[in-house]
Amino acid sequence: MKKKFLALVLLMTLLGTVLSGCGDGSAAETQKSRADTNELVVGIAQDLDDSLDPHKTVKAGTREVMFNVFEGLMKPTPDGDLTPAIAEKYEVSEDRRTYTFHLREGVQFHNGEMVTAEDVVYSIQRCAAATETGIVQVEAFSVIDDLKAVDERTVSITISEPSNEFISYLTTAILPAGYDKQGTDPVGTGPFKFVSRTAQDSVVLEKFDGYWGTPAQLDKVTLKIMENADSLMMSLQSGAIDLCAHLTSTQVAQLKENFNVAEGTMNLVQAMYLNNAVVPFDDVRVRQAVSYAVDKQEIIDLAFDGYGSPIGSSMYPAFGKYFDDSLTNYYTKDVEKAKALLAEAGYPDGFDMTITVPSNYKPHMDTAEVLVQQLAAIGVNATIEPIEWESWVSDVYVGRQFQSTVVGVDASNMTARALLERFTSDYGKNFINYNNAEYDALFQQTLTAYDDAEQTAIYKQMLANLTENAANAYIQDLADLVAVRKGVEGVTFYPIYVLDLANLQYTA
Amino acid sequence: MNGYLRVGLILTGFLAALILLGMFWTPYDPQAMSVGPKLAPPSLQHLMGTDKFGRDIFSRVLQGAGTTSIIALSTVAIGAVCGTAVGALTGYFGGLADEILMRLNDALTAFPSILLALVVISILGPGKKRNVILALGLVFIPSFARITRTAFASLRDANYVKSARLMGASPARILLVHILPNTVSVLLPAVTIGFNNAVLAEASMSFLCIGVTPPDASLGYMLSEAQGMLNAPWYVIGTGLMIVLMVFGVGLIGEGLQRRDKGVA
Repeated sequence: MKKKFLALVLLMTLLGTVLSGCGDGSAAETQKSRADTNELVVGIAQDLDDSLDPHKTVKAGTREVMFNVFEGLMKPTPDGDLTPAIAEKYEVSEDRRTYTFHLREGVQFHNGEMVTAEDVVYSIQRCAAATETGIVQVEAFSVIDDLKAVDERTVSITISEPSNEFISYLTTAILPAGYDKQGTDPVGTGPFKFVSRTAQDSVVLEKFDGYWGTPAQLDKVTLKIMENADSLMMSLQSGAIDLCAHLTSTQVAQLKENFNVAEGTMNLVQAMYLNNAVVPFDDVRVRQAVSYAVDKQEIIDLAFDGYGSPIGSSMYPAFGKYFDDSLTNYYTKDVEKAKALLAEAGYPDGFDMTITVPSNYKPHMDTAEVLVQQLAAIGVNATIEPIEWESWVSDVYVGRQFQSTVVGVDASNMTARALLERFTSDYGKNFINYNNAEYDALFQQTLTAYDDAEQTAIYKQMLANLTENAANAYIQDLADLVAVRKGVEGVTFYPIYVLDLANLQYTA
Repeated sequence: MNGYLRVGLILTGFLAALILLGMFWTPYDPQAMSVGPKLAPPSLQHLMGTDKFGRDIFSRVLQGAGTTSIIALSTVAIGAVCGTAVGALTGYFGGLADEILMRLNDALTAFPSILLALVVISILGPGKKRNVILALGLVFIPSFARITRTAFASLRDANYVKSARLMGASPARILLVHILPNTVSVLLPAVTIGFNNAVLAEASMSFLCIGVTPPDASLGYMLSEAQGMLNAPWYVIGTGLMIVLMVFGVGLIGEGLQRRDKGVA
């Protein structure tokens, strides 16, 4: 019996070695040939199965990849600012209502045509009016009064009233006027051009030689669609894939040998969001007590193997312009203080509460598990209520029927407003029912503060207001872990959900 | 007593003792985090190692097995009692009610059991042990009904039943006193198989995050956590082993019982 067992174990080990051995050998070879031809294979978790037309794309996963193919008048920079792209420069009139864009000379579409003012007007109009079916209307363009091509390379846009955020929407992709095959054979101006897509298998991009700016370092990128996490891991380990983003700490732990791990951030505000309108969280002392009970670093260490950036308000670190690190440690774990605050609020023996968590998001479930432990230390008995994502949206986010919930909130576009307007008392998506007169007043001020520095200062005050009133128990911005094969570098992170391929390159 | 029965009883008895012990005492608090280093391999301090929160897996397996067996036992109890009642009545009386109930039964059996339980759970609300028991219990009724119906239908015209009827015994008395004891040889194996299916069903449901809610331990949820943790194989092995042994032990008992009734050793 024992001998048989031993033989079996030996056989399995042998088989394992042989299989993995031959896997490594052939994969290593193809890898080397990829390095020679300056190609890279990137794993992505979902197919680009909605429209490839950037004005019709709805899936974040599609936008993430097509970021490399399209550009707008402006484009986002890694530190959360905007830089002119197709436009070379722009001027804003005295009354802050007219923007004049001067197009860069020699910007080419992937089909060889030059970008003209005509194309810019066409593209913006297309998104403003959404006359074609499937176009995602850009709400912010509804304020455009007048949009015209002044000459071949000048566009002027007049809006009905001054707006600080308007410029950030001009990252909308510029497309060649009248081209009608964007959905399947997209044409843009980005550093990579679209070559082909095989459904449920791969998407191929190639370097665009006529790019106006710093050209892409790689000649060809194949995006391999890997919907199953296990097969993705196997492809990474065998060498079939060189780079993959959005991995978990458990996954990267298994890749240490052949990969470097780049740690960025997901640009989410993960917190235990508290319903400020229900007992007991309508009492600021209770909310503060909860904030004193939470040990952010412990959550990051236990549930995320140490990957993650602690935060103290509704702003993530990648948004450096607004992020205020002094708020991060405003509340540090202090069980005594928390208990004292609870006693003061009338809960000397703690209370029972539920944490509603969308069960398909493992990171949030894990976080909630640690939170339960941490809350128990101050006498609060928390139970986790797992819920389907759809029910979360309808019951918690829209219906506001919850006590507390652990999720990550992101920004719909790259502005502080997108993160902070949601907590003004009469805003439709203020799902935590935050109601603070001072906060509302500050927000009104940002709308008329046209000086960037002044506006930033007010936004920072709003962030401090959220922290001081413990609107939510803030935790962290989740880590975005990118595994990249040793010998390849140039992973760039943005405060938005994109995968920039242009800087990736093989080191000699 | 044959070999199957003996080994099955010893294994199950041992596990039951272990689980009972786990309800009052575990080496560590199953919920306490950081009692050891994260993902430590098995050692004398942590017999089955620790999970990624630094919790003692052995303590959690004991607690999880307790939760799982309570759910499985209650589920089988609901299924067996309700199923036998339905089976007895339809099998004995027959007729239109029999036709309708049995077609309904067929319809229920047509759904995969987990899917059916999912539907019930989504109506009752997830995350509560009671709802898991109810959902699984309902799902287990049809198979018991079918088995007992056949037994009752075949015994309906047995001579001793006819005699009892002639003597004026009430249908309730005939069903409970005369026929039921004679269906035990069919029922017992069905109960053991049902228990095993219930263990696996609970594990699958918790695996899908609709069964027992964390941080409470359940074998299924622990397996789903262990999934993909190739760097900590002890996690999946410890948990999986418990499920395998539980199912194996009870399965042996069922096999032993059947063999004893058939007179094979």
